[in-house]
Amino acid sequence: MNFLISTIAAPVDHTALWMFLAFVAATLVITYFSARRSTGASAYFAAGRRITGWQNGLAVAGDYMSAASFLGIAGMIAMNGYDGFLYSVGFLVAYLTVLFVVAEPLRNAGKYTMADVLAYRLSPRPVRAAASLSTLTVSIFYMIAQMVGAGVLVRQLIPGVSYEVAVVGVGVLMVVYVVFGGMLATTWVQIIKAVLLMTGSAFLTVLVLREYQFDIGKFFSSLAAIPSTGPNGEKVVRDFLTPGLIFKNPWDQISLGMALLFGTAGLPHILIRFYTVPDAKTARASVVWAMIIIGLFYIMTTFFGFGAASLMGPDYVQAHGGTNMAAPELARKLGGEVFFAFISAVAFATILAVVAGLTISASTSFAHDFFTNVIHHGKEHQPGAEVRVARITAFVVGAAAIVIAILLGPGVNVAFLVGLAFAVAASANLPVLVFSIFWRRFNTSGAVTGLSVGLVSSIALILVSPDIMKENALFPLKNPALVSIPIGFIAAILGTLLSKEVPSKEKFTELQVRANTGLGAEKATEH
Amino acid sequence: MSTPLSPSSPPDHSQPDWDAISRDVDFKALVSRKLKLVVPATIFFVVYYFALPVGVGWFPDFMKQKVWGNLNIAYLFALSQFFMAWVLAFIYVVAAAGWDRREHALLAKFGFNSRD
Repeated sequence: MNFLISTIAAPVDHTALWMFLAFVAATLVITYFSARRSTGASAYFAAGRRITGWQNGLAVAGDYMSAASFLGIAGMIAMNGYDGFLYSVGFLVAYLTVLFVVAEPLRNAGKYTMADVLAYRLSPRPVRAAASLSTLTVSIFYMIAQMVGAGVLVRQLIPGVSYEVAVVGVGVLMVVYVVFGGMLATTWVQIIKAVLLMTGSAFLTVLVLREYQFDIGKFFSSLAAIPSTGPNGEKVVRDFLTPGLIFKNPWDQISLGMALLFGTAGLPHILIRFYTVPDAKTARASVVWAMIIIGLFYIMTTFFGFGAASLMGPDYVQAHGGTNMAAPELARKLGGEVFFAFISAVAFATILAVVAGLTISASTSFAHDFFTNVIHHGKEHQPGAEVRVARITAFVVGAAAIVIAILLGPGVNVAFLVGLAFAVAASANLPVLVFSIFWRRFNTSGAVTGLSVGLVSSIALILVSPDIMKENALFPLKNPALVSIPIGFIAAILGTLLSKEVPSKEKFTELQVRANTGLGAEKATEH
Repeated sequence: MSTPLSPSSPPDHSQPDWDAISRDVDFKALVSRKLKLVVPATIFFVVYYFALPVGVGWFPDFMKQKVWGNLNIAYLFALSQFFMAWVLAFIYVVAAAGWDRREHALLAKFGFNSRD
C-alpha cells in the first residue's frame, strides 16, 4: 500500500493550523463587537432576543452537530457501512419532538432557562435547584466528552499540537467567547461553524460523486463488495448496505433511539437557543431551518462515509489515523492538502461551537436558576449580579473542564458521556417539561422527584453498563434510556400523586394561555 | 403585525385576565386544533421511527431485499425517515400559520395585540 501514502512523507504542512487560526481570529473579532453591544441580562443570556429565524436555525444546527456526528458517523460508515447511517436518523427525527412539544411553549412562557417553564406554577426554589443540577450534569459531562475528543482530534489533524495544548486551546477559546461575548458571540460562532461545516460537507460529497461520474446507481453498486481485514487477520468481503454489521443487539438500537428522540428536546444548550429569537413563531421557523440543515448534513455524511469505504476501504482508513480520520483522509485523497486542512479546521470549529453552547447553558442555569432564584429568591440583590455570576461560572466551568479533560487523558473512552447527556436529558428533563406544560395536577414534589430520579437512574444504569463494566456489566444496554425514561416518567407521576400539595389552578391556567398565545412573553430588546 | 410598543411602556401595562381567556370558546378551539394535529403526528413519527430499528433488528432478511440496483429496503427506509421528518415539519408549519391567525383574533378580542 506504499504507493497510497507516498504524499504523507512531505514536510509538515501548516495549512490546517493557518485555516484554524483564521477561524479563531474571525470569531474573536465577533466576540469583541458582541461584548461592546452586550449590555444587560437579556443581551448577555439571550442575545437581546433579536436573532432571526434562519440565523437561529443555523445556530441550533451549529450547537448540535458535534465532531462525533461529523467525524464519528462518517468513520462508522466508512468502517462498517449501513449501521452508521442508522445512528444518524434519530438525530434528525428528534427535532420533531422539539418542534411539536417544547420550542413554542418554552419561548412563550420562559425567560432564560428550561427551569423558567418548570418553575412557573410550582414552588420555584426546589424545582430550579433540581433543574439546575440536571442542566449542569448534562452540560458538563457532554462538554468533557467534547474536550477529550477535541484533544485527540487536533493532535491528529494539526501537526505539532499536543493533546494538552489542544484541550487548553479549546477551553480558553470557549471561555473567551462566553465570558466576553455572551449569547450573541456564541450564536455567531455557531452560525459560522454551521456554514463552514455545510460547505465542507457539500464539497466533499460532490468530490465523492464525481468519482462515479455523478451516477448514484454506480455509487451504490460500488458498495456491494467492500474488502477488509477482520480482527483475526482474515480477509472478508462485505456488502456495506447490509444492516447489522455493527449493532448486534436490537435493544441497544431501540434504547439509543429513545435517548435521541426524547433527549434532544431536553438538552439545555438546545432549549436556551429558543430564547434568542423575538417570539414563538420565529422559534418555530428556526426549528424548521435547523431540520433542513441537520437533515441535509446527515444525508451527506452517508455519501462521504460510503465514499471513504468504497474509494479508500476500511483497511486504508484504519491505517491512516483510524475511524475518526475517515472524512479528513478522504478530503486529502480527493481534494489535496488544502482541502484536508480545510476539513480539519472545520472539525475544530465544530468542537468549539458545541463547547461554547454547552458553557453558556451551564453558566446561564447556574446564574439564573441557582444564584438569582434559589439563593436570592428571584430578586437581583444588586444590578448586574446575575450576568457577573454567569461570567464567573463560565470561567470556572471552562477551567474545570480543561483540568478534567487533561487528567482523563486522550485514552479514555468518552462515548458514554455523550450517551449519558442524552439519557439524562430524556429521563430527567423531558418528563417534567411535558408534565408542567400539559398536566394540571402536576406539582413541585412530582417535578423534584422526576428530575432527581431520572438523573440518578440514568447515571446509575450507565455505571453498571457494558461501557464501564465491560463483560461483567449488570445492565446489558449501552444506553439506559429504554429503562430510565419510563423510570423518569413514573417517578414524576408518583411524586405528584403521593404528595398532598395542590398546585395553583390559576397559575396552570395562566401558563396554558401564555404557552398557547404568547401573551406576556419576553420581548426582544429595542434598538 | 401591529404597532410596536414604545420602549417606555411598562411590560405589564395591564395584567391579562388569564382565566377569562382560558374559558373563551376560541381559546379552547385553538388548543384543541393544535392537539388534533400534534398528538396523531407525534404518534405517527414515533411509530415510523422505531419501525426502523425494529425492522433491521428483528426482520433483517426482509430489510436486506434489493429494490433498485444495490439499494435495499433498509437503506431506502432509513432515507425515507429524513423526508418523513421534513414533510411532518412542513405540515406543522402550514397548520401553525392558521393557528397564528386565530391567536391574533383571540388576543384582539381581549384587547391585546400579538406584541403584548
